Amino acid sequence: MLFPSRLFPTPIDVGAHVWTLATTGKLLPDLGKTLTRASIAFVIAMALGTAIGIGLGRSRVADRLFSAWVVVGLNVPAIVIAIVLYIWLGLTEFALILAVVLNKLPLVIATIREGVRSFDPAYDDLGRAFRMPFLRQLRLIAVPQLMPFVLAAARTGLSLIWKIVLVFEVLGSDGGVGFRISVFFQFFDIKGIFAYTTAFILVVFVFEYLILRPLERRVLKWRQPR
Amino acid sequence: MTGPRLDIAVEGKRFDFLPEPLLERLDLVVESSSVVALVGPSGVGKSTLLRMVGGIDTLFSGTVLVDGVPAASAQPAGFVFQDARLLPWLTALDNIRAVRPETTEAAALEMLGRVGLSGFEHYFPHELSGGMQRRVALARAFSVNPRLLLLDEPFVSLDRTLVREMEEVLSALVEASRPTVLLVTHLPEDAAMLADRAIVLAGRPARIAADYRFDIPRGQRSREQREAIANQIAASIGMRETTA
Repeated sequence: MLFPSRLFPTPIDVGAHVWTLATTGKLLPDLGKTLTRASIAFVIAMALGTAIGIGLGRSRVADRLFSAWVVVGLNVPAIVIAIVLYIWLGLTEFALILAVVLNKLPLVIATIREGVRSFDPAYDDLGRAFRMPFLRQLRLIAVPQLMPFVLAAARTGLSLIWKIVLVFEVLGSDGGVGFRISVFFQFFDIKGIFAYTTAFILVVFVFEYLILRPLERRVLKWRQPR
Repeated sequence: MTGPRLDIAVEGKRFDFLPEPLLERLDLVVESSSVVALVGPSGVGKSTLLRMVGGIDTLFSGTVLVDGVPAASAQPAGFVFQDARLLPWLTALDNIRAVRPETTEAAALEMLGRVGLSGFEHYFPHELSGGMQRRVALARAFSVNPRLLLLDEPFVSLDRTLVREMEEVLSALVEASRPTVLLVTHLPEDAAMLADRAIVLAGRPARIAADYRFDIPRGQRSREQREAIANQIAASIGMRETTA
């Protein structure tokens, strides 16, 4: 063998190890912890970011006041936010989730703000001409224009969240995929690291192909095929 | 059923980017169930006046009354924009129902049938040709208010064949429902084909440069008569030639 198998396990070894860890180890509880954290952070960041993004997109004054903070948020290293929050709030679940939310929030705000700015004013005229009530305009004119941007924010945000949740778990948590990988790292257990990574990627694929893409197809079915 | 009477008395309409008012002391009465063409060069204020009648533009001094009710408070008019302006995420049927929820599915289907689009109700706008999209827009306008139609250059950027097709559809709907129609166009031929009366706007601030009432009913004009009317209108707006 050219490479020692301890450092370069075969895909079959990794696959078998995934099964072992899932049935006898802590893989499933760890995945559950990480997914819970990621899901909570994702929902909060999307809801908050969409609301703030709409506000900044509609109000020039608000945008002038807060756009510099969005730039700061986009560029402050994720690890700095996590460390500061861990110092202030302790190694708690709340600090971890808040750190993830604060890292993802600026990206959602910036994407949604661009979406709102790209609204076609001709449709506002349409709403006025036919005296469409506000909520009806919101549902039939504003939301469909915003949906491609919400989906883009969801996709990029989700990929960002997966990564930072794991890093923050390494930094300070009592379980989860990141935490377990940091334990494997201390023992140079490459097979364990690959097994957890594989399981995690499988979860990401399930999300992408069973949730995000069907949702995208459903919401954007009116688009002209390119 | 008859269309409403329009009483337009605009004292002034200004835009910040224009040194002079666009419209000033413009008085006009449009009789019930008449088809009136507003003709004039681009930028003269035809579309702005139409938006004021439609209650979209309320920033002016003066009054625009629809059967005695201020335009902004009146029942919304059936407005047809220069582009089809369909919501691309809704089907033809849903586009009609979107602007007026009281429109039943059966009524929307019937309206689509009247503009020759039976069978296309579940098509999205991008699946329809330009002419078909304009017909959906016309059906939408009619379903909102079959008594008052405001048409803002509804044939612009269509080829002449499609224009003829649209004119026929529109004429049939107007004959059946007898609405009041205000048609904005820069082509005298459209006015000669469709209108009972043509008002030529010119200058800045815009004034009524000519007001023609045609003796021969619009559906009974021969090609020569239409050309004569079009030439008459063209002459009053300084167009030396008219397009066929």
